Amino acid sequence: MTRKNVWAAGLAMPVMIALMLAASLKVRANDRTSAAPAAVKIDNFSFGPQTITVPVGATVTWTNGDDIPHTAVSTGGVFKSKVMDTDEKFSYTFTKAGTYPYYCTIHPKMTGQIVVQ
Amino acid sequence: MPDKNDFIDQKLQDLNNDGVDRRGFLKCMAWAGTGLVWTMSGGIPVSQAFAKSADQNGGKRGDFSFVQISDSHIGFNKPANPNVTATLQTAIEKINAMPHKPDFIIHTGDLSQLSKPSEFDTLDQVLKGAAAKQIFFVPGEHDMLSDNGEQFLQRYGKGTKGAGWSSFDHKGVHFVGLVNVANLKAGGMGSLGHEQLEWLEDDLKGRSASTPIVLFAHIPLWTIYPDWGWGTDDSEQALSYVKRFGSVTVLNGHIHQIMQKVEGNVSFHTAMSTAFPQPAPGTAPSAGPMKVPAEQLQQVLGITDVNYLVSGRSLAIVDSPLGG
Repeated sequence: MTRKNVWAAGLAMPVMIALMLAASLKVRANDRTSAAPAAVKIDNFSFGPQTITVPVGATVTWTNGDDIPHTAVSTGGVFKSKVMDTDEKFSYTFTKAGTYPYYCTIHPKMTGQIVVQ
Repeated sequence: MPDKNDFIDQKLQDLNNDGVDRRGFLKCMAWAGTGLVWTMSGGIPVSQAFAKSADQNGGKRGDFSFVQISDSHIGFNKPANPNVTATLQTAIEKINAMPHKPDFIIHTGDLSQLSKPSEFDTLDQVLKGAAAKQIFFVPGEHDMLSDNGEQFLQRYGKGTKGAGWSSFDHKGVHFVGLVNVANLKAGGMGSLGHEQLEWLEDDLKGRSASTPIVLFAHIPLWTIYPDWGWGTDDSEQALSYVKRFGSVTVLNGHIHQIMQKVEGNVSFHTAMSTAFPQPAPGTAPSAGPMKVPAEQLQQVLGITDVNYLVSGRSLAIVDSPLGG
């Protein structure tokens, strides 16, 4: 059914609003799948930002800017990076909503979390 | 330098006159890196200028000595030290040139930078040049990367228990190597874990309280700076097992600088690295490698010589910079 047909059918305002809402939801869904990659930078033995919020489907990339190796390992066993030496990266794509705390297994004082909505 | 010696003499007099006050202790600590001896005698630390130690012990050295090296980080190649293999080599040459030959060497961890086989190979090559043929190792966190320390155990932990802990006796002194870098928990510091603590309690049980004890582990067994993880979460329990002993020496690495503390009969000591220095607690945004001018590097790297003095059943610790 096209918009023109809707108008032609003489349907009232509520239908039009419903359609607009549906369109807007669709746009938001598109946003999720094409989410810009999120980045966590490791500097001075800390994850920055310490907490980031991303949509479902987002890929988060950690980059180690320190002269010392680090890891990013989820405390719940969801993801586990290899050891990242200087300038090395690790990426993980989050397919389920939730809060994912993680830490550096070499320097466990370094903690962070990814919130997936 | 006569000036410095005068200062140390003055300091020693202060200590002798007044006992160990906190101010005097801290001032002496500042000189540790330039060659002071700490003699533990009945739990009271007595410091001496390095050059005088032989005389003050009646011209004799103790029954034996050993050397602690730490944090060689083979594979690290960034400022302030692009050649950590060379500085380890220098450390070994310095040990070989000592007038008194150490019975053995203890390496308190972070042998490698990234636990790579090639890094361990290079380390082995350099250590082959040590005149002391027996070397005891405990792992640092850098030796446990990727494989939970499997390779470390195969190469350096034969006959040890768990993640690499073990004990041995040498000429009346009981040595215990502990591992506090395995299975670290998010948000925590170093950790010994329940199994190892039980083993330690059992290992020390039944030993005479007059047996001098040396504990060595990578991360300090006392809390130096929690923000940087410079401590061990369950070290209190380990230390409770050694409280009854008259002389306990705790040797650690990890923080790439000298720190000392005395608590009752327990003397804590951390060693310099042979690779690169780290900043004093809280003086930098992080514990990352401290960059120093090339000509100063050998003053902030070093080795630790430990002498067992029969007379007082005590251990004297001397830190020497590579360039000293």
